[in-house]
Amino acid sequence: MPTNSMAQANVIDIKDEQVREDLLRPLFHTSRRFYVLVFLLVAIGLPGIVTFVYQIYTGMGVSGLTRPIFWGFYVTNFVFWIGISHAGTLISAILRLVNATWRRPVTRCAEAITVFALAIGAQYPIIHLGRSWLFFWLVPYPSERGIWPNFRSPLVWDFFAISTYITGSLTFLLLPIIPDWAMVRDRATGLRKRIYTVLAFGWRGTPREWHRLEMAMKIMAVTILPVAVSVHTIVSWDFAMAPVPMWHSTVFGPYFVAGAIFSGIAALIIAMALLRKTLHLEAYLKPSHFSNLGKLLLVMSLLWIYFIFAERLTVWYGNQPAEMAAFWSIQSGRFAILFWTMVTCNFLIPFPILAIKKLRTITGTVIAASTIVVGMWLERFLIVVPPLEHKYLPYDWGRYHPSWVEIMITVGTASGMVLLYVLFAKFVPLISIWELKGGQHTNPVPHQAQPAVAGTQVRLDPTLPAANS
Amino acid sequence: MAHRWGMVIDLDRCTGCEACVAACHAENNIATVDAAQAANGRTMHWIHVERYWEGEFPNVRARFQPVLCQQCDAAPCEPVCPTYASYHNSDGLNAQVYNRCIGTFYCADACPYTARYFNWFNPVWDKPLNLQLNPDVSVRGVGVMEKCTFCIQRITAAEIQAKAENRDVKDGEVKPACVQSCPTAAMVFGDLEDPSSQVSRLAGSMRATTLLAEVGTFPKVIYLERESSHANE
Repeated sequence: MPTNSMAQANVIDIKDEQVREDLLRPLFHTSRRFYVLVFLLVAIGLPGIVTFVYQIYTGMGVSGLTRPIFWGFYVTNFVFWIGISHAGTLISAILRLVNATWRRPVTRCAEAITVFALAIGAQYPIIHLGRSWLFFWLVPYPSERGIWPNFRSPLVWDFFAISTYITGSLTFLLLPIIPDWAMVRDRATGLRKRIYTVLAFGWRGTPREWHRLEMAMKIMAVTILPVAVSVHTIVSWDFAMAPVPMWHSTVFGPYFVAGAIFSGIAALIIAMALLRKTLHLEAYLKPSHFSNLGKLLLVMSLLWIYFIFAERLTVWYGNQPAEMAAFWSIQSGRFAILFWTMVTCNFLIPFPILAIKKLRTITGTVIAASTIVVGMWLERFLIVVPPLEHKYLPYDWGRYHPSWVEIMITVGTASGMVLLYVLFAKFVPLISIWELKGGQHTNPVPHQAQPAVAGTQVRLDPTLPAANS
Repeated sequence: MAHRWGMVIDLDRCTGCEACVAACHAENNIATVDAAQAANGRTMHWIHVERYWEGEFPNVRARFQPVLCQQCDAAPCEPVCPTYASYHNSDGLNAQVYNRCIGTFYCADACPYTARYFNWFNPVWDKPLNLQLNPDVSVRGVGVMEKCTFCIQRITAAEIQAKAENRDVKDGEVKPACVQSCPTAAMVFGDLEDPSSQVSRLAGSMRATTLLAEVGTFPKVIYLERESSHANE
């Protein structure tokens, strides 16, 4: 239970009009910095697209992939971005369900990361195909070829898992935006008003509408949790279902889910800190939010070190010759430097920062989160590549070196992710305005307690939920 | 009648001459790979001969083992393919349908023998090899996975011929290119379902073993271990 002072630290005591002014400013005023940023992101992202076209035109041979390392940077990035996408759902859905009031300024930032990280991550299975232009053959549709996709293949499970997740998380993101868009509609003029009139779905803010929105969000929060868990479990099964030494592991499902939440929270902290600075949201995203998320990150860091310890120790004791080749190449061989960097980034640096209250400041959590994002990318790389370099038959061992094509595409998609987020911030208030104010009522009045007399007391101000009146 | 095509390779007879490799290239329209790509590990040999050294210097002996797709009964490449490009046909072969392949690489990751080869670029043949392509075998384009088929074109031709003559395929009637070209007759091909076939009799030998039996893939390529290596033990 939060203490009184804790609860006070989270309360945002700002007048309604000021809140609207602060949070809607990015939608109505565009600074020069914004254009420069967008230009930079496009300038970094565009070469990635050109490189991808070059890869399609020439063949996968331009990547660093070779026999037997058929999966490299692309699959690493796929797992990494799908992992990042676990920020939104977990933070948002769990905190919504347990009625944690401090979540209110945080949820939308998180949910947006989910949707965009998924949009980026879902491109990688297509980018890494030998014949990318035929990716839709994974989709079950009545085709002239007369066959279904192979439902035994984890890649087909991936297709279903990710498309379900992206649909769910998009709904989860968009539903609570409707009242905010209605507010923009009511304040905007001209073309902007016409656009937001469409986006606001005719929201008027009647008690019935509020009630339905809240019901829908409750249903979505409960629904999206098992979907999120299943998605990264299935991503882990892409590996665990193949009889490759070090891949074929029962721990992979929960291990991947924990890692996903871990990197997701880290990405969220970084995004929040950047938004706080650039959009001047100091009064909304307070140190206490970073501290709370830092505690969650601490738990996940411990969980992560537990999982990797459990995984490595059992392999070591099992002492299977085929597995040990990959094991030692990670532990003390060619990949040792990456492995120990990963441990440092994911545990040795973040653990003290997040565990000591004095260090768990905004700067502290951002430093920890940044090392964790790097560490988690390395973790995915170490899962994908070293086992493929050391399969059963030593004469088939190989070495993987990423090519410039893979690096360009990797950088390009990362820039694309940031670009999507920046553009999103231009059209949507990144802090949910109506939820923010609702958060100050620790004991919300149930809707039934205040009967809306038909036709008389309908609230036309969509800014505030009926519960506030 | 359904067949279960299999191969026995007698390691005592293999001299490591690599005639099988050359024959396989000629028969199956396998692209040639230039030196730079080969150095990247992108060689394409559906069958390749692995060399092991036995004993301590100076008393060493070279030992050869031709490795090709093991045509597993429980093939790890098959369940993972999302488009059924890799599938089990009624003769028990691990067929690869090139037109269905979208290049997920998943089959190649799953294969414990790394017996699958990818077309990193569009295929090329050093002149004059480009003039000798086999019309019975499709040429694979860029982005497609390929592997040993047990010369399915020869199997199919023999089955069609046998059907036309209203009889079963005779033992020894089908010979994949590698088997046909082996100067020491180290490789034998035939129907494992037929207990009287030469391949079935050899598969029952005391020396019979399979590659990576512990992975549980149940290969249909059976190796007869060297007598000499037993003698050394």
